[in-house]
Amino acid sequence: MIPSSFEYHAPTSVAEALSLLQQYGDEAKILAGGHSLLPAMKLRLAAPGVLIDINKIAELRGVVINGNVNIGSMTTWATLEHHDGLRSACGVLPEAVAMIGDIQVRNRGTIGGSLAHADPAADTPAVVLALDGQIRAQGPGGERTIAAGDFFTDMLSTALEPTELITAVILPTLGKGEGAAYVKFPHPASGYAIVGVAAYVKMDGGSVSTCRVAVTGAGPKAVRLTDVEQAVLGGADAAAATANAGAGLDILGDIHAGEEYRRAMVAVYAKRALQKAMERASG
Amino acid sequence: MTTETMFGRAIKRREDPRLITGRGNYVDDVKLPGMQRVFFVRSPHAHARIVSIDTAAAEAHPGVMKVFTAKNLPATPVPCGVTIPNIGQKTPGYTMIASDRVRYVGQIVAAVVASDLGTARDAAEKINVEYETLPVVVDAEKATEDGAPLVHDEIANNTSFVWRLDGGDIDAAFGEADVVVKQRLVNQRLIPNAIEPRAVVGRFDRVTGEMTLWDTNQNPHIIRLLISLLTGLPESKLRVIAPDVGGGFGSKIFLYAEQLLVTAIAQDLQVPIKWAESRSENYLSTAHGRDHITYAEMAFKKDGKLLGLKVKTYANMGAYLSTFAPLIPTNLYGTLLSGVYDLPALSCEVHGVLTNTVPVDAYRGAGRPEASYLLERLMDLAATELGIDPAEIRRRNFIKGEFPHRVITGMNYDSGDYEGNLNKALQQFDYTGWRAKQAEARARGKYIGIGLGCYIEACGIAPSKIVGTVWGGGVGLWESSTIRFHPTGKVTIYTGAHSHGQGHETTFSQLAADALGVPFENIEIVHGDTGQVQFGMGTYGSRSLAVGGTSIVKSAEKLIEKGKKIAAHLLEANPADIEFKSGNFSVKGSPDRSKSIGEVALAAYVPHNYPDDLEPGFEAQTFHDPSNFTFPAGTYMAVVEVDPETGKVTPLAFYCMDDCGNVLNPLIAEGQVHGGVAQGIGQALYEYAVYDENGQLVTGTMMDYAVPKASQVPPVTTGFAPVPSPSNPMGVKGIGEAGTIGSTPAIANAVMDALSPMGIRHIDLPLTPQNVWKAIQGK
Repeated sequence: MIPSSFEYHAPTSVAEALSLLQQYGDEAKILAGGHSLLPAMKLRLAAPGVLIDINKIAELRGVVINGNVNIGSMTTWATLEHHDGLRSACGVLPEAVAMIGDIQVRNRGTIGGSLAHADPAADTPAVVLALDGQIRAQGPGGERTIAAGDFFTDMLSTALEPTELITAVILPTLGKGEGAAYVKFPHPASGYAIVGVAAYVKMDGGSVSTCRVAVTGAGPKAVRLTDVEQAVLGGADAAAATANAGAGLDILGDIHAGEEYRRAMVAVYAKRALQKAMERASG
Repeated sequence: MTTETMFGRAIKRREDPRLITGRGNYVDDVKLPGMQRVFFVRSPHAHARIVSIDTAAAEAHPGVMKVFTAKNLPATPVPCGVTIPNIGQKTPGYTMIASDRVRYVGQIVAAVVASDLGTARDAAEKINVEYETLPVVVDAEKATEDGAPLVHDEIANNTSFVWRLDGGDIDAAFGEADVVVKQRLVNQRLIPNAIEPRAVVGRFDRVTGEMTLWDTNQNPHIIRLLISLLTGLPESKLRVIAPDVGGGFGSKIFLYAEQLLVTAIAQDLQVPIKWAESRSENYLSTAHGRDHITYAEMAFKKDGKLLGLKVKTYANMGAYLSTFAPLIPTNLYGTLLSGVYDLPALSCEVHGVLTNTVPVDAYRGAGRPEASYLLERLMDLAATELGIDPAEIRRRNFIKGEFPHRVITGMNYDSGDYEGNLNKALQQFDYTGWRAKQAEARARGKYIGIGLGCYIEACGIAPSKIVGTVWGGGVGLWESSTIRFHPTGKVTIYTGAHSHGQGHETTFSQLAADALGVPFENIEIVHGDTGQVQFGMGTYGSRSLAVGGTSIVKSAEKLIEKGKKIAAHLLEANPADIEFKSGNFSVKGSPDRSKSIGEVALAAYVPHNYPDDLEPGFEAQTFHDPSNFTFPAGTYMAVVEVDPETGKVTPLAFYCMDDCGNVLNPLIAEGQVHGGVAQGIGQALYEYAVYDENGQLVTGTMMDYAVPKASQVPPVTTGFAPVPSPSNPMGVKGIGEAGTIGSTPAIANAVMDALSPMGIRHIDLPLTPQNVWKAIQGK
């Protein structure tokens, strides 16, 4: 085998998956879409002793729109990208999802897998943060709901317990006066976000009553730009509110985009996301 | 019977149905009974002494057949096939497996042979190599400084060679100059990225003593020759097969350590051995391209007349000299520095520098893109400085008049009409219209740029006398063909050229169909197998049609000459009165007295009624040595938009006007231009191989190294303006590398043009958003 050898399990229910997780503990890795885990295994950067493949758990798939948007954790990007109801209920999600990887990646990759992996350059963390979404997780002690703002704790780290599984992601449906947008500066090779910004605004009588802006790609984890949000609520336009959007952020640099450049791009993309969200909210 | 000529027809490639439906036969498809896999353990350090290698645990690993290190393998050299005469070139020793010292990340230190790849990898992880790390140098310019770490203790200042090319009175030229433009230019290191990584399968037949190697290679006979010379395996017992090969771009020309190791291991174990590299391995161990740092100065009169060029280049050769490496930054670079321009004086100095990086060798264009980029960037800098339109300054300096035209570098340009090409190009590209659109966009705060690149390249390499005397290459660069006309009227052509994407099965069949007057479908092309093909020099340097194609045409002529004698006998006529046309031999003036070429062939194999003085059989062979290079040239134009907030460059349009001589198959020629342009745009905007100061390849995967995707390449409009070459009977020049050579400077010039309102005159490649943004910010 190209990766190191491992034991493979394919449970068909959440209960079965959870009991396997408990049984194998740290030795086990959950296999969702596999588009982060398998490349790492092929390069032998990851060598889990046990793989628990949750692709056969039907209850984790699907989108239900009923007051809010309830997305099963194993729903693929492709399903979200092409979901007609979602486009009108929460269009920013398919907008962001369409920018993930390529068709093959979107056919396999899942929202739950991506959130659990918490890649600092993944796209959806910014969207989930800007929409103030919730992550539903199930563990041996039952089910709990984690607010998006509490979920991402550090690079590749989340509030999930090792014995927990994400079962669903809950997002709001957007109505009149609300607007959201995701804009992205993709890495020219990998397509991951060098900087990706999601913005959400709610307009009330010509002024912004709620504003959330979140950035991914720039630092070790996706974060809200609270200073920008405050400035917008204080009446600043998108350009003024975002002029120093990168200041004070924990920024990661690489050869393609060093720290200084990435910080500057946070401001540019925050402006563009906000402008788009405001246009949509007013439209 | 073909009456319509096949030359010039845009027919679809015969090989494509096989290749695009997954029925190709690549080296990794070769599966032999009892075949074992080899996995190579590579150095994680860029420079280190090997203290010890403990293989005991790996040898004990279940499924492992044997573990090899320098201790149980011969110290077979990985050769450099070029010693440039009279410059004291120092060629460092390089063996197929490192014994005491490693000099780049990826150099092989051990080999594990096991039943399958996974097992070999598992066992390889149990090999413990103790290293003592040494200081590292990766930058070619810094490597020449006193006190820099020495890659090879015996090579001072890491300088393998200093090569000079001088012509004219350079001091006088610069003395009378009104304007001198100077620029330090980086032509960054690139990774060739053939879609099929390298692979080798070796089978040693213990009964016959024959070794067969399946190798992802562009020139199997050269590989056979080198392996035979190095190992003592007789060429008569060594067969090298390069079956379907998925791209090479130069990187599959060379003899690498892996071909030698698979040969040695297959011989040692007497079982078939397969090695197929991963993409990560490819990035670490397959030769890279380019990597020049250049200081250039160009002298002009104020009317834009070019007076002279001074060039000092540091060419990064990597840790060792690869097979043809010394030729690339010298005879394929310095000799092209006149471009399409009348250059009165040249001073060119090239330092071939060794560093702790993987060796650098030919990559699509090989030296010529570096020359073209230098000239075209400086031409634009001069245009800006002198206030002359970029098209006009070029027009004022083009070589005009009689051809062949010898330029100051010594090259003898075969034919060309550079001004005509530019004029046709500007008209078809709507240069004036784009300039108007640019002005209008600027008024709206948009940064649109238009960039020109006028290139020349030397193709059809190469006259063997030049290769031997001037270049110092240890081979002749002729090409061979055998046409075997079967008694049934079918034809097999054995060519020494090799197709790894070029479409020779189509184009060579077109040529032969015209020459022999037989249907295209009746012709088979055989290449890439030393067991079938007489000999050959392979494919690189856009040589296949100009050299290999000429050989086929000459073989066809020989066959027709013989056919005339046979037909004359059959028709009871004088051979001098026999005409050949459209597959028929007929008596002049009596077209109804005729024999088809098929009838003649049958008579040659069943010679019951046959001339007494002729041998039976209908077959002809030619070893054709070209008398000169061919010199394709052209004008490329890029239109880009730069986002001033992010520095992101979006190519909007790309136009090409190529003079590749007469065009045999426009579809294939356009495909070559498209692919080349994509790679050239890759260099301009996206691609760069980066080693950090420790000699670690930072761009080690396709997640970091940006090969352009379809969405990152603009629509490419091609056009052809042929000026036939007098150097071969078809009047062809070559089109395999033009796109790469002409496109990079056109894009770079377009970006600088877009940014000119900000006063930006130059940004080094690649023009990534960050690099452009920094320039905009004045950083």
